[in-house]
Amino acid sequence: MSERRPIISTGGRGPAAGGARRTLPMPARYAINAVVVLVLLVLGELMIDGGAINRYQSTVLEQVGIYIILAVSLNIATGYLGQLPLGHAGFMSMGAYGCSIFIIRMSEFLGVGARDFVTGTPLALVVVIGGLIVGGLCAAIAGVIIGIPALRLKGDYLAIITLAFAEIIRVVMLNIDDVLGFELTGGAAGLTGIPGFSSFLLVFGCVAVVCFLIHTMMKSRHGRAILAIRDNEIAAEATGVNTTYYKTLAFVVSAFFAGVAGGLYAGCVGVLQPAVFGFMKSIEILVMVVLGGMGSMLGSAISATVLTILPEALRAFSEYRMIAYAVVLVIVMIFRPQGLLGSYDFSLSRIVERVMNRDFPWKKRGDAPADAAEGKEVSVDAER
Amino acid sequence: MALLSVKGLHVSYGAIKAVRGISFDINEGEIVTLIGANGAGKSTTLNTVAGLIKPESGSVEFDGSSVVGVPAHKVVNRGMALCPEGRRVFTQMTVAENLEMGGYTRSDAENKETLEKVYAHFPRLKERCGQVAGTLSGGEQQMLAMGRALMSRPRLLMLDEPSMGLAPILVQEIFDIVKQLNEAGTTILLVEQNANMALSIADRAYVLEIGTIKKTGTGAELLVDDDVRKAYLGG
Repeated sequence: MSERRPIISTGGRGPAAGGARRTLPMPARYAINAVVVLVLLVLGELMIDGGAINRYQSTVLEQVGIYIILAVSLNIATGYLGQLPLGHAGFMSMGAYGCSIFIIRMSEFLGVGARDFVTGTPLALVVVIGGLIVGGLCAAIAGVIIGIPALRLKGDYLAIITLAFAEIIRVVMLNIDDVLGFELTGGAAGLTGIPGFSSFLLVFGCVAVVCFLIHTMMKSRHGRAILAIRDNEIAAEATGVNTTYYKTLAFVVSAFFAGVAGGLYAGCVGVLQPAVFGFMKSIEILVMVVLGGMGSMLGSAISATVLTILPEALRAFSEYRMIAYAVVLVIVMIFRPQGLLGSYDFSLSRIVERVMNRDFPWKKRGDAPADAAEGKEVSVDAER
Repeated sequence: MALLSVKGLHVSYGAIKAVRGISFDINEGEIVTLIGANGAGKSTTLNTVAGLIKPESGSVEFDGSSVVGVPAHKVVNRGMALCPEGRRVFTQMTVAENLEMGGYTRSDAENKETLEKVYAHFPRLKERCGQVAGTLSGGEQQMLAMGRALMSRPRLLMLDEPSMGLAPILVQEIFDIVKQLNEAGTTILLVEQNANMALSIADRAYVLEIGTIKKTGTGAELLVDDDVRKAYLGG
């Protein structure tokens, strides 16, 4: 890469080289993104109502959304914080059970029928949103409990302790009824009677909100502190970042959103069994993040989409689909060890800005100011 | 009154005693250097002062108040900044973002002002402001680490082996900048293995050996001291 080329700092912060480059004000950036999200939502709803997407397909779409939330939330801990937790399914199950139990009890208490969840009465909606938040909080509390001791460890040790923790949660869910003496989780038989409250609209909305919140967090000074810890913990501490606090924060936020995804999962599937949230589930989510590129939200979302749809598409060859999965992983790790997108992240407003500045990729390098994200990716390559 | 006053400092890593009763003072406006061989306890002393390591016993007073037990991220607020050993820059952030991170404890308005000062000391960093820090050369990374430490507007800047692994010409450049910074009003605590360089710019120096202070004097005195010459300056 040429040394003297002007580079703009990501997100328009920092001194912009050249000065003449036109940038968008923040409200315009939010507006552009909001409009695109709304258009996609309306498009999806219309296709479902019009019958272009059948019931099975829309359920798969819900699953895709749930896995996107899971992958994007795990990405906070792996990609942004630089740790390797293996217990994401544990947080997901905390959220799933927390949310389901809350919704079942609340709908009994308030007299909301199962049909109300499908038709979406305001009261049912409040119960559902309350349930998702309760699920997220359950997972977040679990995140605090495990995070404070676990984050004193690094690498393999952290992986093992989080893995063990997720297994503990699974076993607790399995046996807690016998210990308490009344029915809470339903044990091995599973928790049934969960109203099917997940819909394309709800899942889509949650994905958009979660992505927005994570994006905003990562662009704030809190996010910068988390990235600094990933790059160099000692230097971060020396510049005044409370590393313990921010490590725990990142971990807990990651757990919270996993819990929300767990709640949506419960509403989508309708039955919860502890066995579902085993070790393999955690690995599956981790694979999505690694495959997409650690530190890239778009990468996590894309690979979550592909890896959710792929097994569905390969249902006819269900015996072999785990092999396909493994082969894809091996190939990606050989040819793109940094993941499909590396640490590149997609920014709609950046594209609009490039168009505004007549700065197109097919123009000659050197004429046009190069993109900061490209510079970032080069660095990752250069390091390895 | 001394700006930094360390008394009877003992630091251990498990059973290994790294620092055994070190005492020294730094007055406002001085450059003080700790020199010594590998394992003498120089970096340990510095990291303890910065709050990264907890001492076993002893006192560290900065500007009249104790900083023992104060975590590193809070020590920064008191006006001390550590530039850690081995150019620990944030490799995936740009130069400008690294510097912004250095001003983490300060307001945006303050940072804008400090940034200009840092760029004045390190014009090279201004040229490279949009480059990703991991792709900088060793010397530039060292400058960046120093610039980042300066962004917190420290009264005392602690430099841990700024010359490590750099070409002689760059070492000269770095030390010139250290002198400049000092003349601009920053008190400096410098830990170095390159004793010759360190002594030539230091007002006062302490020679460390296996965790204790062996000798102390002005930089000029120690440069011509027979023992120091034999041990650290090659005869």
